[in-house]
Amino acid sequence: MFSEEQIQRYSRHIILKEVGGKGQKRLLDGKVLIIGAGGLGAPIALYLAAAGVGTIGIADADEVDLSNLQRQVIHFTPDVGKLKVESAREKMVAINPDVSVRTYAEWVSAANIGAIIADYDFVIDGTDNFAAKFLINDACVLAGKPYSHGGILQFDGQTMTVVPGASPCYRCIFPAPPPKDAIPSCSQAGVIGVLPGVIGTIQATEALKFLLKKGDLLTGRLLTYSALRMKFREVPLRRNANCPVCGDNPTITEAVDELDALNVCDLERK
Amino acid sequence: MDLTVNGKPATIDGKEAVNVTTLLVELKVPQAEYVTVELNGEILLRGDFDTTQVREGDGVEFLYFMGGGN
Repeated sequence: MFSEEQIQRYSRHIILKEVGGKGQKRLLDGKVLIIGAGGLGAPIALYLAAAGVGTIGIADADEVDLSNLQRQVIHFTPDVGKLKVESAREKMVAINPDVSVRTYAEWVSAANIGAIIADYDFVIDGTDNFAAKFLINDACVLAGKPYSHGGILQFDGQTMTVVPGASPCYRCIFPAPPPKDAIPSCSQAGVIGVLPGVIGTIQATEALKFLLKKGDLLTGRLLTYSALRMKFREVPLRRNANCPVCGDNPTITEAVDELDALNVCDLERK
Repeated sequence: MDLTVNGKPATIDGKEAVNVTTLLVELKVPQAEYVTVELNGEILLRGDFDTTQVREGDGVEFLYFMGGGN
């Protein structure tokens, strides 16, 4: 049962009829993996830790750079040069010592992703490149693992939740990654610092709802956000029979690295 | 003909139907070579753009890759 301190810490959750003591226990028993400890990963990790998600995995091989701090709010100025997963872990356990943080200081690839996601209830894509986004989609669909997709650029963001077998996946909309360097990355095109806060917080909300088994997940619709116009739009989606991973005749039957989707900076980092 | 494009009304003058390739040109869709097109709720195969007709009253969504996160 809960300690006195936990009852106090989670009182604003426990008072919600959709959460209660039972829901809070579900969060504490929950395991969520965040891939990417950057713009999207920062608010996701902070909010999931604060909410008391009991086991949080966080994967990223990068180190904190001064240019990250304009938006990656989990990293502070003295963290520059430190591994992002280590910097993130320190803040998460400082917010909430109930949380067990597992760090993976590595890039996800076809070789390791299956083993990394296996132990988690829900996966969140907070990565910054198409190779990783397609890999996460494929690995989660093939493993039947629900996950949240998120993407941001400049002043725009999009997110959707995928429940494999029950809802359309990322490849239902985008069957293959764009050619490398066809679509600019945040480092090339810029990103307004608050944008990942909006999209990441929605992704964290989906993880909490999934663990709580409450409400309606963001499945079967792509939510798009324009910060400049301050508009949200929802595009209804259906499963695509031609989807290469979850369609009627899938051509992707195991996780593969989309080497053509790696951009130059990814290759330098690997 | 009148269409709904990305949730907003749009008009293509003087035509009753156009294929998707032409529609992308008529509407000056940015990054047309990478856009995903959803017609009345169905995602179209790129190879079907020339043969798929868009008609009066149809709903079209253009969906874009967004690869950032960091």
